[in-house]
Amino acid sequence: MSVTLDHVTRTVDGVPAIHDVSLTLERGTLSVLLGPTLSGKTSIMRLLAGLDKPTTGRVLVDGKDVTGIDVRQRSVAMVYQQFINYPSLSVYENIASPLRVQGRPREELDKRVADAARLLRLEPFLKRTPLQLSGGQQQRTAIARALVKGADLVLLDEPLANLDYKLREELRTELPRIFEASGAIFVYATTEPSEALLLGGDTICMWQGRVLQAGSSSKVYRQPQTLRVAQVYSDPPLNIVNIEKRHGTVHYPGGTRAPATGLYANLADGAYRVGFRAHQLEVAKGVAGRHVFPATVSVTEITGSESFVHLQRDSANWVAVLHGVHEFQPGQALNAALDPDNVFVFDLADRLVAAPGRN
Amino acid sequence: MARIDLVDLAHSYSGDDAPPESFALKPMTMTWRQGGAYALLGPSGCGKTTLLNLISGIVTPSRGKILFNGKDITPLSTQKRNIAQVFQFPVIYDTMTVGENLAFPLKNRGVPKPEISARVRRIADLLDLAPYLNRKATRLTADAKQKISLGRGLVRSDVAAILFDEPLTVIDPELKWQLRSKLKALHRELDLTMIYVTHDQTEALTFADTVVVMHDGRVVQSGTPAELFDKPAHTFVGYFIGSPGMNIVPAQVDGREARIDGHTIGLHRNYGVLPAGAKIEIGVRPEFVDVAPPASGLLSAMIERIDDLGRIRFARVRVGDSKFAARVPPGFSVPDNMAGLVFDPAHVHVYADSRLVEGVA
Amino acid sequence: MDKTVNQKAWFLVLPVFLVVAFSAVIPLMTVVNYSMQDTFGNNQFFWNGVGWFKELLDPSTDLGERFFASLWRNLIFSAIILAIEIPLGIVVALSMPREGWTVAVCLVILALPLLIPFNVVGTIWQIFGRPDIGLLGYTLNSLGIPYNYVSNELDAWATVIVMDVWHWTSLVALLCYAGLKSIPDAYYQAAQIDGASRWAVFRAIQLPKMNRVLLIAVLLRFMDSFMIYTEPFVVTGGGPGNSTTFISIELVKIALGQFDLGKAAALSLVYNLIILIVCWVFYTVMTNAGAERPQKEGAV
Repeated sequence: MSVTLDHVTRTVDGVPAIHDVSLTLERGTLSVLLGPTLSGKTSIMRLLAGLDKPTTGRVLVDGKDVTGIDVRQRSVAMVYQQFINYPSLSVYENIASPLRVQGRPREELDKRVADAARLLRLEPFLKRTPLQLSGGQQQRTAIARALVKGADLVLLDEPLANLDYKLREELRTELPRIFEASGAIFVYATTEPSEALLLGGDTICMWQGRVLQAGSSSKVYRQPQTLRVAQVYSDPPLNIVNIEKRHGTVHYPGGTRAPATGLYANLADGAYRVGFRAHQLEVAKGVAGRHVFPATVSVTEITGSESFVHLQRDSANWVAVLHGVHEFQPGQALNAALDPDNVFVFDLADRLVAAPGRN
Repeated sequence: MARIDLVDLAHSYSGDDAPPESFALKPMTMTWRQGGAYALLGPSGCGKTTLLNLISGIVTPSRGKILFNGKDITPLSTQKRNIAQVFQFPVIYDTMTVGENLAFPLKNRGVPKPEISARVRRIADLLDLAPYLNRKATRLTADAKQKISLGRGLVRSDVAAILFDEPLTVIDPELKWQLRSKLKALHRELDLTMIYVTHDQTEALTFADTVVVMHDGRVVQSGTPAELFDKPAHTFVGYFIGSPGMNIVPAQVDGREARIDGHTIGLHRNYGVLPAGAKIEIGVRPEFVDVAPPASGLLSAMIERIDDLGRIRFARVRVGDSKFAARVPPGFSVPDNMAGLVFDPAHVHVYADSRLVEGVA
Repeated sequence: MDKTVNQKAWFLVLPVFLVVAFSAVIPLMTVVNYSMQDTFGNNQFFWNGVGWFKELLDPSTDLGERFFASLWRNLIFSAIILAIEIPLGIVVALSMPREGWTVAVCLVILALPLLIPFNVVGTIWQIFGRPDIGLLGYTLNSLGIPYNYVSNELDAWATVIVMDVWHWTSLVALLCYAGLKSIPDAYYQAAQIDGASRWAVFRAIQLPKMNRVLLIAVLLRFMDSFMIYTEPFVVTGGGPGNSTTFISIELVKIALGQFDLGKAAALSLVYNLIILIVCWVFYTVMTNAGAERPQKEGAV
């Protein structure tokens, strides 16, 4: 089975919410919709589910046009950010409810509920009601109910957003295993780049109602086709500097120059925008071949294992992440360094022209 | 501005005569220095919000006292405590402009008009809210609203402490970075005591000088982020701080050696003889265990999956019945099923009944 | 429009269509028909065009005079009712407990007047106010306060208004209470920290957050009070004189008393139109107030 959005647009009260989106999702895949709040993630999910009808374009299931067919006639399950369960029913009945609607026999019910409960580690809680459970257990119940339905398409809209950090971390490591075991089409919306990376699968990068780039998560992360994709897929935020290449030299703002080595070597002369993630920015330690420029520390955040150093250079704010504990005083001057082989170079139309490991 | 002392402070929602184990906050004594940045970190239901509400005066403690600069303020109402608080969801007075929102606490206290507008202007500049002063506050984004909530606290000159109750919950990841570094800069500039409640270790560790880790109504450890990371005093701290958390596995410890799954690893310190009958575990952070090709001298582990976080990779492995997370060194191509684990002995800690055992060098 | 459409849903609405057709549309068409006709009995009808409407809207005719007089009475009555019941309802809601067993007690007490049938309310007050045997009337008179709703216009109005306030303030209070309950605790805590007085909390938080329920309360109370019939009819019968004769009472007099079906039909159509227009105005105001709110709390 496959689900396709074919040149789908959607306009709400005259305001375009989704601009010309085409996507195909195949059976047994996990696609992460990654984008900030209001970038169109939930709108795409509602279109896929059939809760909304596209203004133009078609929705296809296995190549068959299903645009406008009611959601009840489609094989869809959905999990929301809020923990939605039937409060008066036991966990067992909650998980079993889609099967009861389908009128399945008792033995099948028992078996499928038991399977789902085992997968989501809910076995000890089957007799309790959702309100007697922790947030993580409640959300696992909601996920179990979505899985047990046996739907072809399972949509998860920021399912971990309301959970404690640690619980989120645990469920995040369990989810890929659960997805693999199920074999349906999974679509998972999140605002967090690290979540998209950890879940694996594919990433569909969204911005203002458009799909900017879709592909395997590690490819989209490592080869962002535009500056915006790199920004959406970076946490801490992407650092950016405008450069100009002239006669084999890279000119940074503020008068710093460096030989156009590494990825800069094959660029035509002209102006570019260079993007680099926090871990690509180093504090100069005298390594040969680095491009070095002075910057000022504004804040240092230390997590114990890493230090996030916020730097100011001209009017730009950058974040560098360093391994281990590094104390810097606010206002302190230091030399930041970039590896010319380890940056993303975009042209002035913000299209990727050079990335590590691409050439 | 104030030093805050918590003296034998405890609280139970079902009254003072409830059994001590059921207390939401078990008796604790602590001192928070003037101008410090503190984080209360723990999972839901650990008592951190109760503690915050005790300090703000929303809840009156069942036992103990709270002192601001040595003065007992336990019986005082919230208004009289000179604290400010930023809540999880932005609290905005809908009908007012941004400027009127900021002026509200001063107007309520009868501060003269010219002084109000001077303070509001200064705080708006500090928080980058100046361009919005005449706009209705309801129309702004969540992060701007949180800045307004914070601004209503900062605008008062008499504030002893600012309390934050998970203030970044509704903020997008990218804006979280901006808001967090703004908070840090403000803390430095204004020399205020700040107390920040969260379940998110990144927020707690990056914000605070001192992180107070709470578990089941108790403070399990209080220290700098580096201390909590390097030397967790309790296995809970090891598990809760760090992502992924500390590997904690049962082991037999004898002198300078620990045995896991029939394999011996060396320790940096001598642990002599540990109390009999205690549950002995060793704890080591994934950052200090490297994956290597299998070799006879290494603890062998079965690889279950690789988590690629972009800038770092962690291998999820299994040793006997225990799960382990270990760092994949950059450029290392991971073997298919079995691998060896290389430990950094300086960072392997020993726990007896979940508490850290200090060895002898 | 852009939601997916389920055609079966229309079948579920069909019974409502039928009921509405029989109970509203067909009677309405009959009324429209009557308003254009004159009759002298014996089931003989004559075409009268817009004659009744002309007469109705011309204050110099008897019908017009009666219509405008009762319309003014209605408007003044509704204005007084709203001016008392809305603030009083807010005060009652604000002074209700927010948790504990007393909440249930308060809710039951508030709901009691709402459960009593309209004509019973009328009868209760009619007896309650009688100067000879009524508790209220007798007490007032024996205290030296002359009170008689049968002979004194002001007393009659006071009785009708107090009766309506007693009957309907609960509704406003219950709506406001629901609005108040939906305000998160953090708002009160923040206001406390900001040093807000009781009045400032009301102005800055409670009133703005009650905005929407208040609009509903105003709408409901306006419509109900503008259509008032049973209670004043039972208590005063529209008197003394015509002092408490509201449009609905006038309508019944014309239709069933004088059997002037044409005049009555024209009057009821105009009456209907006024209510529709006022409702539309309220509806527009309400939806505009709703559109001003951001779509999602905390949306960026």
